[in-house]
Amino acid sequence: MGNKQTIFTPEQLDAYQDCTFFTRKEILRLFYRYRDLAPQLVPLNYTDKPDVTLPYELIGSMPELKDNPFRQRIAEVFSEDGDGNMTLDDFLDMFSVLSEMAPRDLKAYYAFKIYDFNNDDYICKSDLEKTVNKLTRNELTPEEVRLVCEKVIYEADVDNDGKLSLEDFQHMIIRAPDFL
Amino acid sequence: KDKEEDDRKEEDSCSQQNRASRGKNYQRKNSDGKKAGEEGSRQRERGKKAPTKDQKESENKERKTNKKGKEGENKQKTDRKNSTSSASSNSSDEESLSEEELAMLMEQVEQKKKLISTMRNKPWRMVKKLSVLREAQAFVEKFEGALGKGKGKKLYAYKMMMAKKWVKFKRDFDNFKTQCIPWEMKIKEVESHFGSSVASYFIFLRWMYGVNLVLFGLIFGLVIIPEVLMGMPYGSMPRKTVPRAEQATAMDFSVLWDFEGYIKYSALFYGYYNNQRTIGWLKYRLPMAYFMVGISVFGYSLMVVIRSMARNANESTTDGDDDNFIFSWKMFTSWDYLIGNPETADNKFASITTSFKESIVDEQESNKDENIHLRRFLRVLANVLIICCLCGSGYLIYFVVKRSQTFSKMQNIGWYERNEVEIVMSLLGMFCPPLFETIAALENYHPRIGLKWQLGRIFALFLGNLYTFLLALMDDVNEKLAEEDVVKNITHWMPLGHHNLSTGNGSTATPPPLDPADVPRGPCWETTVGIEFVRLTVSDILVTYITILVGDFIRACFVRFVNYCWCWDLEAGFPSYAEFDISGNVLGLVFNQGMIWMGSFYAPGLVGINVLRLLTSMYFQCWAVMSSNVPHERVFKASKSNNFYMGLLLLILFLSLLPVAYTIMSLPPSFDCGPFSGKKRMYEVIQETIELDFPLFVAKIFSYVANPGLIIPAILLMVLAIYYLNAVAEAYQRANAELKKKMQLQREEEKNKRNNKASTNPVLQDPEDLLTPSTKSESRPKQAEDKKTESPNRTSPVGKQGKAAALDGSPMTGGRGAAFTLPPHMFMTQPPTLGVRAPYPGHPRLRGHPPGPVPGRGRGQPRY
Repeated sequence: MGNKQTIFTPEQLDAYQDCTFFTRKEILRLFYRYRDLAPQLVPLNYTDKPDVTLPYELIGSMPELKDNPFRQRIAEVFSEDGDGNMTLDDFLDMFSVLSEMAPRDLKAYYAFKIYDFNNDDYICKSDLEKTVNKLTRNELTPEEVRLVCEKVIYEADVDNDGKLSLEDFQHMIIRAPDFL
Repeated sequence: KDKEEDDRKEEDSCSQQNRASRGKNYQRKNSDGKKAGEEGSRQRERGKKAPTKDQKESENKERKTNKKGKEGENKQKTDRKNSTSSASSNSSDEESLSEEELAMLMEQVEQKKKLISTMRNKPWRMVKKLSVLREAQAFVEKFEGALGKGKGKKLYAYKMMMAKKWVKFKRDFDNFKTQCIPWEMKIKEVESHFGSSVASYFIFLRWMYGVNLVLFGLIFGLVIIPEVLMGMPYGSMPRKTVPRAEQATAMDFSVLWDFEGYIKYSALFYGYYNNQRTIGWLKYRLPMAYFMVGISVFGYSLMVVIRSMARNANESTTDGDDDNFIFSWKMFTSWDYLIGNPETADNKFASITTSFKESIVDEQESNKDENIHLRRFLRVLANVLIICCLCGSGYLIYFVVKRSQTFSKMQNIGWYERNEVEIVMSLLGMFCPPLFETIAALENYHPRIGLKWQLGRIFALFLGNLYTFLLALMDDVNEKLAEEDVVKNITHWMPLGHHNLSTGNGSTATPPPLDPADVPRGPCWETTVGIEFVRLTVSDILVTYITILVGDFIRACFVRFVNYCWCWDLEAGFPSYAEFDISGNVLGLVFNQGMIWMGSFYAPGLVGINVLRLLTSMYFQCWAVMSSNVPHERVFKASKSNNFYMGLLLLILFLSLLPVAYTIMSLPPSFDCGPFSGKKRMYEVIQETIELDFPLFVAKIFSYVANPGLIIPAILLMVLAIYYLNAVAEAYQRANAELKKKMQLQREEEKNKRNNKASTNPVLQDPEDLLTPSTKSESRPKQAEDKKTESPNRTSPVGKQGKAAALDGSPMTGGRGAAFTLPPHMFMTQPPTLGVRAPYPGHPRLRGHPPGPVPGRGRGQPRY
């Protein structure tokens, strides 16, 4: 790590700082994390914006995500192509949203997207079932899962359409004590 | 996506572009469908919501490419056009009024700036963010200079430049600040292994360290350093000299270890300081400084604690007290996204599963009476047991302290007798918390609530111990005060009788000005108290470290290595590895801090010891946790606001303020040691300073202010203010609760309505079911979106004509059928080709009551 970094131009760094919740150093650190995933793929010079994407298998193997039941979804939501393959921009984006500086609104928005497995802008029952199963590693019986999903919809569905819209979700999650 | 669209609509500088592409969509839709051009807004919305992902993607791309192309050729023109076009909607004569244009431009620039500063909050892709950012910056860059006219121009430009510089400076400063946060990586590592609750302890520890560093700076810089540099040197005065009788052993380690000997007569303790009003060439008023620092230590701590409490309270939302969302929260927020360790993840999975199961069971049989009775009984039993423990420990300490007073009168007592109080207190602190934990297992609370109970109990234990200790100390102090009077009398006639004594002794030729080591002196109760506190702190440190070493590390080593040759599985069986005891550690920290606060007035060096302690314990505990602890069986998250810790801290701060304030206000300081010697009370130093160093009128004002006639009304006023604010807060809370109830009611109502409708609907909906295929395709999106089609006034012009509906497998009928049993509609959420279909015509969306908390995102209105 040379003193004078040549990976980004200062303008790029400034732009990244404007677009994320990170400081210069953190952006650089993230870049190195990104690069460590595939040193042979990622060049050490980003000033001319090389078009590099890392496949999901690499992203998902990061220790931050490795044990997360929703890693696939997270990668998909934040990746440009929706398949979990990430460019550096996507990568920074993801960590910016997941960082503790990000406001709850933004997090809620992305959380919604993450839980919305079929990308239809609603969290419907099948999404809920998938969520529960991922959370419990399929250890609940189908009836239990069904019950839980029904309860969730009963609790959180403000406008009564049998599925959770973004508003419902935000309304519910913003006041959760645990929502980080 | 919707939101994104809205944002884009508002702020995208290429709104024209958007409009164009939108128009294209519009047209495409029109050509496909038949209801052209009724409500643009609805149409657009449908169009937006419905398209499948690819379509959206392609749309985006289209837009982007358009944008890029244009950007390339004439970017400024777009900007210009944009600004004027929006102006044109308002005023037709935009060309004539340059003022207005300027104002408009200014507004635009401001808007752009706001956009730049809030860029990071936008849920957009990075690419988009970057491009929009670049655009906005270019725009600002370009038009900033054009703003302001004539004379004002330069000033404006200058201001802009300064603003830019300021932003840059702020960013650099932020960068610097984050670099200065210590142990970030360490804590993150712990966090990933043990979940956020354990990490919250370390964050608290770090915060504590910061506070202590400031306190240390205050005391060290304003009291200790001046005294050492400018005060009288060691040995020049009786109070700064080891007495003759102790000199032989003053350097022995065992003596030093008890903070006697040279340490006792050093700047670490109160007694060393001189009561000289000013010292050195700076005329530094040391006694005054000592007093003010003593006060400001409390003032600063109070301020910091309260400020961080307020900040936490702001951050934390309206507590999780309403149990409306048990399952939802469990589902969406139970995963701790910070976990990065398979073992912890396993535990987390298990705990989530059990918690789900528990709440399912709760839900299924919410009328399990006997269980509740049993639980209540157990909880009461647990509390009784714990109160017994508390009483027992209180009595034990009282007993020990009493005994130590008899010990202190005896000669040649052993090490154990001398340190009995500390040992007993430390042992109590070591063994009671686990005992409480065992008892608390009876209660079966949620771990987070359980943690709070546990904390509260240990807190009560420590507090009881501390206060018994203090009371005993007070006894001691009173005794010393009595003793002091005697010594005082001796020193009075000392100069007279001195000759006889010295000649009788015939020892060293003591000159008439007595050697400072020989002067009889009082017991100096302040130093005694200070030593007590330092000893207590040190023994606390040792006990903590030894506990960690033995209880965690040795145990872990034993379990790890003896496991190979043991009859049962040690790792899974009885001893296993230790868990990190959050409550005990936090409490230890808080309690320790209380002692520091109390003791720092009598022993200025105490804060330095504490800083060292926190520093080492940060590294030591991090290491111990990572090396020898296992994650909790029920991993749970610390909620973001750790106001509970802060509340405890505040409480103990207040409680430690009390004894100090008492001694300052109502005990006479020792006559021959410390900065306040010779005064009746310690606070007199202030009066003295005011009288001697300030002009007369200040003294007058001060005497007025200190008048009870003024103080009592002031206190009354404060009480009134508190009462008023409290009432206001209560009123708000009530209003809040009212609103919440209303919302609940509304929901119930709607649900009922829907249920009713479900029974009556078949009749109403019959005609709908019999739509022609074409209209069916239209009504589908409607179903998907607002299923509350309460109004049967559907004016679909084509519909209701025939029985052509019998297309089997038609999602329409299927949906209806299912609607009776459970709220379905989910399979309809993604009609495959909806985007291309004719947008649904007719009445605007009937959202009977707009869902309370989320104000409309402007769905209804056309937004061009």
